[in-house]
Amino acid sequence: MKKLIPILGFVLSLNAAAEPRATGDLGVVIEREDGKAMIINTTERKQLAEIEGLGDLSHASVVFSRDQRYAYVFGRDGGLTKVDLLGDAIARRIVQAGNSIGGAISQDGRFIAVSNYTPGGVKVFSSDTLELVADIPAEYDNGKLSKVVGLADAPGQRFVFSLFDAGEIWVLDLNNPQQPAIEKFRNIGKQPYDALISPDGRYYIAGLFGEPGLALLDLWNRQDGVKRVLPEYGKTDEKLPVYKMPHLEGWAIAGDYLFVPAVGKHEVLVIDKRQWQLVKAIPTAGQPVFVMARPDARQIWVNFAFPDNGQVQVIDAKDLSVSKTLAPGKAVLHMEFTPRGEQVWLAVRDDNQIVVYDTETLAEITRLPAKTPSGIFFSARAHQIGL
Amino acid sequence: MKKLLLLILVSSTALAGEPSADRQAVLRNMLKHDCGACHGLTLKGGLGPALLPEALAGKSDDFLADTILNGRTGTAMPPWQQFINRDEALWLVNILRNPEH
Ligand code: HEC
Repeated sequence: MKKLIPILGFVLSLNAAAEPRATGDLGVVIEREDGKAMIINTTERKQLAEIEGLGDLSHASVVFSRDQRYAYVFGRDGGLTKVDLLGDAIARRIVQAGNSIGGAISQDGRFIAVSNYTPGGVKVFSSDTLELVADIPAEYDNGKLSKVVGLADAPGQRFVFSLFDAGEIWVLDLNNPQQPAIEKFRNIGKQPYDALISPDGRYYIAGLFGEPGLALLDLWNRQDGVKRVLPEYGKTDEKLPVYKMPHLEGWAIAGDYLFVPAVGKHEVLVIDKRQWQLVKAIPTAGQPVFVMARPDARQIWVNFAFPDNGQVQVIDAKDLSVSKTLAPGKAVLHMEFTPRGEQVWLAVRDDNQIVVYDTETLAEITRLPAKTPSGIFFSARAHQIGL
Repeated sequence: MKKLLLLILVSSTALAGEPSADRQAVLRNMLKHDCGACHGLTLKGGLGPALLPEALAGKSDDFLADTILNGRTGTAMPPWQQFINRDEALWLVNILRNPEH
């Protein structure tokens, strides 16, 4: 018996050494109705674990620590949960506000910022302990608080975000976390609903709901202020109803072209970012929600708001036209590409499935069960500005 | 004849009452997810305001059903009349007022 124990110990440690889990090809799938998230392996295309107790996950999003070990899940109910992808467990969880919309991680990975609807503002936490580092109420008009949207990380330890009710863009500089500096840009347009930052971290672009066009801040030339892009586009047309707000955070920039959802029009707009002029309005199957470029930017994938959310369209970046319409299932809510883009994973809420496509052949590879999946986030986001 | 038809229409809406069980399931799913996209899955609010009983108290059924059917111009609340009829809108208002229903 005594002899056996050391042998057993040796076998166990061998085992542990044989199967360390890497995290670079993992992902998190939000299962919104149950307040759960799946940890998945994107190479083996299988579920590794299920994490419960994440709160209200309608409109949840996720960022990753730079070591790709932790996923930070932002819930609608103000919950901020740090999930350990190696331990398959919640490492820390706080409820930091009444109602929140998204978050971002700082350039150096030390801070997590969350944008809140109530109380309107941004809070910054230590990514390690989730302790509060800075609290930035989004005050305007003598003490009113605005909902905050479109929060993105930017180079230079900055976060940039938009104030929906106030029509402002703020740049938060955290180089001295004890004394955060804020630069405010006013009158940027009515009701910015979301924003994106270009993958190089230079341009911050907010979409406007209350008026046509986009608001553009060139972070290399902040002294020039915020400029409007396409302020006249569709101004005199009747707007179609928008049953779901478009999202901009999954940037879509292909070469010199930026692809963005039109609002109240069933179109994807192609804008040349050398002159910030419209190149083309591509007609689509519905109100676009996510317009996302495959990592090589050859294809742009688009999903749609209710009632057209059973379809997904693929735009060919070479011809600037829809090359394929797919019908993955009922209520396609989100899309995520593998890091080099050979596959795309789609969350199909009402069919309780994740559907994986080969982006070259556009053939379906597999389906995985998931309960009301609403968002898919791969750990490769850890190393991308703005994601 | 025209009058009769009108009469029948009027009385049929008055009598229609609850949507069918299947339709109720569709409406509930819609409320949770599609309305929830703006009002929150638990209707505690998001881009749109909270639709909890306290928030709706003091507003008439008709007013709220009108909001659902016609939307509110100048805000993000879209019109749903293409997908929901008046009875269904009133049924939804009742669900909102009595969430554990
Ligand atoms: C795209 C976003 C969006 C969607 C989707 C949406 N709403 Fe709204 N809703 C709003 C906004 C914004 C308001 C507030 C309008 C205002 O400022 O007066 C609102 C207001 C309302 C009100 C009035 C509340 C009050 O206190 O007066 C009701 C009722 C309502 N919505 C029900 C619904 C229902 C039912 C659905 C789904 C069938 C739905 N909404 C879907 C954005 C939305």
